[in-house]
Amino acid sequence: MAEVIAIPSSFGKATTRSAAERHESRTGWLLSMPAIVLLFMFILVPVAAVILMSFTDYELGYTGFKWVGFDNYADLVTNRTFRRSLWNTTVYTAIVAPVSIFMALGLAMLIESEGIGRSFFRTAYFLPVASLLVAMATVWQYLFHPTIGPVNALLRLADIEGPNWLGASSYVLYGLSIIGVWQSVGFNLVLFLAGLTAIPRELYAAAHVDGARSAFDRFRLVTWPMLGPTTLFVTTISVINAVKVFETVKTLTEGGPNKASEVLLFTIYQEGFVYLRVGYASAMTVVFLIILVILMFLQYRIQDRQVHYT
Amino acid sequence: MSAQTFTLGRAIRLFLLSFGALIFLAPYIFMISTAGKAQSDIFSSSLSLIPQHWSYIANFTKALTRVSMTTLLWNGVVVCALIFVFQVMIAIPCAYAMAKLKFRAARLMMVLVMLGLLVPIHATALPLYVAFDRMAVLNSYFALVAPFTISVFGIFLFLQFFRAIPDDLIHAARLDGMSELGIIGRVIVPNAWPAITAFAIFSVVAHWNDLYWPLIVISNQTYATPPLGLLYFRAAEAGDDYGALMAATLIITFPLVAAFLLAQKRFVEGITMTGLKG
Repeated sequence: MAEVIAIPSSFGKATTRSAAERHESRTGWLLSMPAIVLLFMFILVPVAAVILMSFTDYELGYTGFKWVGFDNYADLVTNRTFRRSLWNTTVYTAIVAPVSIFMALGLAMLIESEGIGRSFFRTAYFLPVASLLVAMATVWQYLFHPTIGPVNALLRLADIEGPNWLGASSYVLYGLSIIGVWQSVGFNLVLFLAGLTAIPRELYAAAHVDGARSAFDRFRLVTWPMLGPTTLFVTTISVINAVKVFETVKTLTEGGPNKASEVLLFTIYQEGFVYLRVGYASAMTVVFLIILVILMFLQYRIQDRQVHYT
Repeated sequence: MSAQTFTLGRAIRLFLLSFGALIFLAPYIFMISTAGKAQSDIFSSSLSLIPQHWSYIANFTKALTRVSMTTLLWNGVVVCALIFVFQVMIAIPCAYAMAKLKFRAARLMMVLVMLGLLVPIHATALPLYVAFDRMAVLNSYFALVAPFTISVFGIFLFLQFFRAIPDDLIHAARLDGMSELGIIGRVIVPNAWPAITAFAIFSVVAHWNDLYWPLIVISNQTYATPPLGLLYFRAAEAGDDYGALMAATLIITFPLVAAFLLAQKRFVEGITMTGLKG
């Protein structure tokens, strides 16, 4: 977890730099040089390039480009597809993140307090994390098929006419969200299980002595506060992963029907790599990066304020 | 909480857990069942799990012939292996230098690593694509592997781990006349196996499943990775031949799921340890 990193305090006294120290410093440089070069080449320079390109009208296939200032950004504000895409991503995240967090927490507590089948349950819920999402999305497409799919066949047994989960614009985000939750619960569950195991048993005994008799009291007084750091961490990851939804959309809906499932990364992909409007897509990418920065910043702020019990 | 008493609460708990597990496993059950169904079965009986006409052979033949599954799986293995080897070879010396050597860039590196943790491939894909296009290296293993040779997450993880290795161990090795590379190879790496295994699992799961980058740089089947190949297969099938589709998904999902089932404990430890990044 992103704990505060302490730079090892230098144990030597501040004397003149000896030959040994110079040697050590040179070795340090040499050992980290490949990493530094690649870090610049594949992360820092490209990020700078994206920011610069977002101020141009560069299109792949054309030779020249013009600086257009903030035109791309101004255009984004009124671009209906992009606004739709931001909204859809927000809705998707607002469903998938909370549901997968609380479902994982609930399941983790059930598994933790249950003696038998612990590793079986953990495996069952974790399996989707280890499965190829594109492949499993294909399976879900079959499950959700409006006429031959088992989901609607089950609903018909209960005399409910199921919707066209991935084909109707009013349902497609819910369909994708179900897949999203299914895919991410196991990951959160494993993290919560690790968090739960770390809570000292004596705390529950102490809470019992202090009059916390009901299971809910025990949860409110011990489990929830002790899980604080884990929950914050799981929340950040879940939100970021939900914002980055792409595979299921690309595989199953291509943003459709009628842009009802346009999400941020899919819109960027279309604009940049299908229509090749690199400048415009770069502006979208910058917005995406800003969202990530804000989320990380929020995490750090909350983490700073959080009380640590351990 | 003892295993002997069987109370109502416990019955409810077990029911909830089993019911949930059934739902989570349902896609796999239907995948396996549908992969063996003939087209007529699929249309007539969605809920029966046992195929009426066993068509496993027909469906698997289709899946194996339309798209070369062996090429896909081989590409997946090659790409994941190359990425992992480069990541480790580059991240470990760097993390060692940052953790155990005094040099001025160490602090700066820490800042760069923290910044790098924020940036996913989706943010750097555009300029990298433009550059790779200019260099005419699209559609190659190079294009698939190069951007991932640097893993800031790897550096971060190893750094945390190396800090816990006692300095005395390294001093002793130096007194024995070992070079710094010798120390990394014979002192650091053998002590860091848990971190390396955890990172291996993280890296392979991430890159085996990645669709975004391969989709951008690869446009023919020769270098397609498993997720991309499955997209091609879907496009080639076009219609509702779910039997063949499920057979294909089964083949493609199997390797990683099997690896997970065999090494569950390591997977879970790895995810808990590397949970930082999704």
